[in-house]
Amino acid sequence: MGAFDPISALIGGGLIGLASALLMLLNGRIAGISGILGGALTMSAGDKIWRLSFIAGLITAPIIIGSLGHPLPEPQMPTSWLLVVSAGVLVGFGARYGGGCTSGHGVCGIARLSARSIVATGVFMVSAIAVVAIIRHGFGG
Amino acid sequence: MQALASFLCGLIFGSGLMISGMTQPTKVLGFLDIFGRWDPTLAFVMAGALAISSVGYALARRQKRPVIAPQHFWPKRTDLNRPLVIGSVLFGIGWGLAGLCPGPALENLASLSPRVFVFVMAMIAGSTVLDLWQRHAPSAIPIENAPLANSDG
Repeated sequence: MGAFDPISALIGGGLIGLASALLMLLNGRIAGISGILGGALTMSAGDKIWRLSFIAGLITAPIIIGSLGHPLPEPQMPTSWLLVVSAGVLVGFGARYGGGCTSGHGVCGIARLSARSIVATGVFMVSAIAVVAIIRHGFGG
Repeated sequence: MQALASFLCGLIFGSGLMISGMTQPTKVLGFLDIFGRWDPTLAFVMAGALAISSVGYALARRQKRPVIAPQHFWPKRTDLNRPLVIGSVLFGIGWGLAGLCPGPALENLASLSPRVFVFVMAMIAGSTVLDLWQRHAPSAIPIENAPLANSDG
């Protein structure tokens, strides 16, 4: 794990905010990744293209940044496959049932001061913090 | 044009996730681990993101229409309901278990990590289960703008 670097965090965050702002200013869309992905899977062809393009851009970013000399760090994932699968299912189902994820609620929703998104972000933060506390420190177990 | 704009937005978004370190699950877990050696990075990322996106959205509110699209798709829901809370609890559990949420998960496909691939497949399965459930029992999940199953993002 890299050391805490507030400047990269702010710059990286700024770019996330810029991308979210541009997607609304140009295409009129919310940059919520779970929603973009869900729509790409379910919607009619006409609505799929911008969604798949966004996802393609997301996956291309590490290739471009990598070619500039900053390769994507190898993601450190849980060793248990069962954990990987359960976490994926919970993230996919939960984000769609709750109407959004860290991007749709946490960034876009809070930016437009949506009460739903502020509540959702508080709830998933507390829930994730509780899970990490139980796993790493055995609280409540 | 919309596809190109979208691609560029995805590219900028992904660059932001990478530069801020948010593609690394352990970095995210470091933020969530408030009882351990807390890593405040994610809070700074969110602050940076909100500073820019809130200004962008304020500008978008003044647009008659987006630059290259016929209308803005602003989420319309305002009610605080059970699916919002239950869904967010479940999402948070998954996020806390692996340190991955949908954006970094998709972006990490570029690492060709088999675990990330399986995580994304599981995430798509979870999302699809919800869509099938909604299709078979529409009243179970009152999502407005029916074709736009994502009510907020």
